[in-house]
Amino acid sequence: MIGAVIGREVRRALGGAAWLPPVFFLLVATVVPFAVGPDERLLERIGAGALWVAALTAALLPIERLVEPDRADGVLDQLSLRGMRAEEIALAKIVGHWLTFGPLLLLASLLGAALLGLDGQALGRTLLTVAVGTPALAALAVAVASLTAGLRGSAALGGLLLLPLAVPLLIFGASAAGSGEPGALKLEAAVALFILLGAPFVSGAALRALRS
Amino acid sequence: MSGLLRFEDVACWRGGRLLFEGLSLTLQPGEALWVRGPNGVGKSSLLRLAAGLLAPAAGAVQAAPAALADDALALDRELPLEAALGFWAGLDARSEGLPDAMAAVGLQHLNAVPVRMLSTGQLRRARLARVVASRAPLWLLDEPLNGLDEAGAEQLEAVLDRHRQDGRAVLAASHAPLPGTGWRTLELAG
Repeated sequence: MIGAVIGREVRRALGGAAWLPPVFFLLVATVVPFAVGPDERLLERIGAGALWVAALTAALLPIERLVEPDRADGVLDQLSLRGMRAEEIALAKIVGHWLTFGPLLLLASLLGAALLGLDGQALGRTLLTVAVGTPALAALAVAVASLTAGLRGSAALGGLLLLPLAVPLLIFGASAAGSGEPGALKLEAAVALFILLGAPFVSGAALRALRS
Repeated sequence: MSGLLRFEDVACWRGGRLLFEGLSLTLQPGEALWVRGPNGVGKSSLLRLAAGLLAPAAGAVQAAPAALADDALALDRELPLEAALGFWAGLDARSEGLPDAMAAVGLQHLNAVPVRMLSTGQLRRARLARVVASRAPLWLLDEPLNGLDEAGAEQLEAVLDRHRQDGRAVLAASHAPLPGTGWRTLELAG
């Protein structure tokens, strides 16, 4: 059952909405040189951080479509009726969201790094930290989407909720990408794991509260 | 548990308001119960209680596996009708029964039409087709006649008859009298 729900998430995302975050990410990466000037050394120094900020803001875009449409349309009710636990629904949504969000954002990072002129080593480090970070960003997006579903202005509220929660990820991810400090990468992975393990339960509790 | 649905002394509390309390009922195989009453009296909440989507404020609810057709459509608008219904039939492991269920409510010729192109009445039939295909022992129908034409009402009567002859039960909330015979009524008063 969980496989079918994951498949539905992926199918619906590829139908359109999944392309928005990578395009937005590239847009931000393109704007950075205009803002700080085309100085190669400066761009190389701030490039990894700029890409991480772009990834974080791109992760906000899907929040609105992850849970609310399914709540309003009764899909969540029909899944519960078939004996699917709220945590399982949340897990399916996280996996389904990551399957499109993660690879596409990684691809966009590759292009974004080229736009900012990151060299081979910095490019590799940036891709690695983004790859480690995307599952956690997907999990946070689903958890925040569940918490804000059905509220007015849920998109703005979702951004306010997600960004502070993602700060540890940003600190360690950007510093591992920038300096190549091995400790930072380990800490980023630890934070990502923590978020990934907690999110299905937070999201599940929120989905259960939506029913009443 | 005896019966397909059992409410024991159930109270329902929603939005800071007590909708009903002390409600007891049982539904045996082959039975049909028509819940009636004015708007806002808690008919839909009663169905959600039976579906296990709401927890009772007091008392106990026991129910056999149920299929619910309410106002929410829960079908992916961009898919052809058969694929959209097929998602749910697949979860119910009833994919092979879907063509028959669609035929029973007069939708067989709309297989390939995207859900977003269908009319209100056709969508009402689609909700019904999902319930029919599930072959769940307990059907929960919220205003099943809304938007149905005469032919639709006759088809509803036919599928309900077959459902009850198979020893299964139905609980329906409706303003209008429901087609078919042998409905017990439960009047919810405000």
